[in-house]
Amino acid sequence: MQIYLPIAEMSVNIFLILGMGGGVGFLSGVFGVGGGFLMTPLLIFIGIPPAVAVATEANQIVASSVSGVLAHWKRGNVDFKMGTMLLVGGVIGSSLGVMLFSFLRDLGQLDLVIKLSYVIFLGIIGFLMLIESLNAMRRSRKHIAPPKRTHNWMHGLPFKVRFRRSRLYVSALLPIGIGALVGLLAAIMGVGGGFVMVPAMIYLLGMPTAVVVGTSLFQIIFVTANVTVLQAVNTQTVDVVLALLLLAGGVVGAQIGARAGVKLKGEQLRGLLALMVLLVCAKISYDLIAAPAEMFTLGLVGAH
Amino acid sequence: MRIVPIITFMIALTIGFSTQTKAGELVVDLSKTVVPITTSFTGTDLLLFGSFNNDNNADIVVVVRGPFQDEVVRRKERVMGVWANGVEMTFESVPSYYYIAANRPIEEFLSDKIAKIHKIGINGLDLSLKNQDQVPALIKAQVREFRAGLIATKQDEGLFGKKPGNVYFKGKSLFRTNLHFPANVPVGEYGVDVFVFRDNHIVDEHTTILAVQKFGIEASIYEFAHRNALLYGILAVILAAAAGWLASVIFRKS
Repeated sequence: MQIYLPIAEMSVNIFLILGMGGGVGFLSGVFGVGGGFLMTPLLIFIGIPPAVAVATEANQIVASSVSGVLAHWKRGNVDFKMGTMLLVGGVIGSSLGVMLFSFLRDLGQLDLVIKLSYVIFLGIIGFLMLIESLNAMRRSRKHIAPPKRTHNWMHGLPFKVRFRRSRLYVSALLPIGIGALVGLLAAIMGVGGGFVMVPAMIYLLGMPTAVVVGTSLFQIIFVTANVTVLQAVNTQTVDVVLALLLLAGGVVGAQIGARAGVKLKGEQLRGLLALMVLLVCAKISYDLIAAPAEMFTLGLVGAH
Repeated sequence: MRIVPIITFMIALTIGFSTQTKAGELVVDLSKTVVPITTSFTGTDLLLFGSFNNDNNADIVVVVRGPFQDEVVRRKERVMGVWANGVEMTFESVPSYYYIAANRPIEEFLSDKIAKIHKIGINGLDLSLKNQDQVPALIKAQVREFRAGLIATKQDEGLFGKKPGNVYFKGKSLFRTNLHFPANVPVGEYGVDVFVFRDNHIVDEHTTILAVQKFGIEASIYEFAHRNALLYGILAVILAAAAGWLASVIFRKS
């Protein structure tokens, strides 16, 4: 059954979209990630204009992070003070990101920048995760304690704030900076940015793992909401029909995935996720490097 | 912005200016003069039929072209191993959609010159650069290449017909043809021209205006997203947040 998307201005198979939402939702449930980094490239692969894919995916992530954060909130695993600091940075970063997005679109370089950002970030994160999970697997076999946190340059930064829930005393500049970077990614790549923020919170800030996911989801809600509204105003590329279809599939998939995920081991999960991230990265890299079938692309003047 | 041509069209329609017959013998009608884009739109076919006083062996050419806009064509170039959009050229008032049908290959009865004058056929399309005078003579060859690229891309998108359609005769003077509009047909106003050719000359012609319009919920969402962009964005966020909350409530109970 085909459905016409009013903003993307194209006809898609409704079951394909629901299935994609379900599939990515399942994976995000299994791995505890947002799934934006998989969904946006998938949408682009099936022919949704990249600008629409990015903006619409931001809208869908609002839904998945709201349903995710509620569970963490109940267990008291959200550090609201930290979340608010990240959020301040996130709003700044994502606002800059949307401006950059419109600018690149007018230049005709938006698609390239989206794809390059994917290659760079997925490549780095996937590689680091793979190494980390391999090390973890080796450690769990040899029973070696994980390395301890050490003091470094970051603890010399000014504006120190105490975060009780996270048991931290660090400069406010750190969460604001991380939030800004993640916000920028959210706007350009159509992702929640959890895959950058979670490692940053654990390894850079040294937050306890228990509060990391809840706090990250809390800030992602507001950053993606900000991106959705700004994209709607600046580029008119948010397709509500597409977002609703994706989240209908995604919600169901995520619940099934979360149940399936319990049965798998942590290190193996991370290893699998790393491989998947690298696979998506490889596919996008190939598309960038391989000779294109069509040497010319069309665009409207001063795309509105 | 978009509504203006539609209103003009509607006024034209009610007054009856949309059909102009020159010699009085060519009569043309379309099965529909509005192509509605609704939720289930996957493209559509229209039937064009007509009759004319065919005492000699005349030929019929049907040309559909619509919404004209400036189009930026960018050529991909290899930059540090990666294919990126490079040089760009802007072509002026390019039809977003172009389709042609005839009762036999147009080369058999039309000279290139006449085809160019009436902009008939892909080769007859007048695709010129926006700032024509600023183009140095040196890059004329490059312009040709970009023009070919524009046409090829449009053909791949299914918006420029790869080969002409068929006009069928029923007897000597009745004719009909199918006009196909793909799922990605742009919204706007289209001209459907029917030409009667005899000895490389137009002996009769007829123009019908056709509108491709979004209808129902599709139109409402599109209009809303463009008119009240801020409110649309806020509602999109609220909708998503509510859906997320609902999901967590439903699945907690089960």
